[in-house]
Amino acid sequence: MDQFAVKIFVRLRPSVLDPAGEATKSASIKLGVEGIKSLRIGKMIEVKIEGNGENEVREKIDLLCDRLFANTVIEDYEYSLEKL
Amino acid sequence: MDNFTVGVVVFPGSNCDRDVSWALEGCLDIRTKYLWHESSDLSDVHAIVLPGGFSYGDYLRCGAIARFSPLINALDEFVKSGKRVLGICNGFQILTESGFLPGALVANKNLNFICDDVELDIVSSKGGWFNNGDEKQTIKLPIAHGEGRYHCDSDTLKKLVDNELIALRYKNNPNGSSFDIAGITNARGNVLGLMPHPERACDETIGGTDGLFTLKSLILK
Repeated sequence: MDQFAVKIFVRLRPSVLDPAGEATKSASIKLGVEGIKSLRIGKMIEVKIEGNGENEVREKIDLLCDRLFANTVIEDYEYSLEKL
Repeated sequence: MDNFTVGVVVFPGSNCDRDVSWALEGCLDIRTKYLWHESSDLSDVHAIVLPGGFSYGDYLRCGAIARFSPLINALDEFVKSGKRVLGICNGFQILTESGFLPGALVANKNLNFICDDVELDIVSSKGGWFNNGDEKQTIKLPIAHGEGRYHCDSDTLKKLVDNELIALRYKNNPNGSSFDIAGITNARGNVLGLMPHPERACDETIGGTDGLFTLKSLILK
C-alpha cells in the first residue's frame, strides 16, 4: 500500500457571490493595502490516505470531493497529491 | 386519520424539533414521533419533518453531513412512495444537499444572521402546501438564518419557473436569494423545502397563524 498526502482546495464557483470574501477585501483595503482586485475565500482540506497506487487514490479522492467535500452546485475543487 | 403520525427528525444540533412537535400536537392535534437520525425504520410514520437547527454543527456546509445519516438514506424510498416531507430551514438545506431538491443555500448576501418576520408571496401551491386561492396571497412567517440565500444556475431556475416548483418568494428579499426564492417543491409536490419557519407562526399569542396551513397539509394524501 502506498500512502499519499493530498491537499484539496474547494472554492465557490465564480458565478456565486462570496460575501465573506467581499467583507475581507473591504478590511484589507482598510488595512491600507492597495491594489487588491479580487478576494475570494475557499477551503483547504488535508487528507492522508492509503491505496494501491496513485490511480486508486485519485478515484477515492474524486469520490470524496464530488460527494462530500464540495457541493458542485456552488463549488469547484482541485487537489494535489504527494506520495509519502 | 386517527393514527396519522408525523415523524420529526432529530439530528445532533437540531433545535426546532420540539417547536415543530409542539405546533403539530398542541395547535393541530396531529400525533408526532421523534426520529433519531440513526434510525432508518420509517414504517410507522406517515409524513416527515426535517426541522431547523444546526445539524452536525453546520460543519463543512449546512446539511452536508446530515445527508449521510441512515435516516436520510431511507428517505429516498419514503419520497418515492409519495409520502410528504417538509424541510424547514436547516431541513431545506439538508434536502438540497441530499439532492431531493435542486439548488443550494449559501451565506446571506449581507453576512448577517437574519431573525425577522418576512412577507411572502405564495407563488404555487403544488402539493397543496399553501392556501392559494384565486387571488395572489401573501403570508407572514418568521425567518432565522445565516445561510439562507437560495442559489441555482439559470437552467435550474428556468425549470423551477416553467414547472411551477417555486412555492414562496420574499416580497422584500432579505438575503439575496436568486429570484427572491424562499421555498420550492419537487416535481411531484410531496417534498417542500423552505427557509421560513411555519412552526413559529401557529398561535396568535406568539405572532400569527400563517404557518398552520402548511403544517396541517402534512396530513394530505
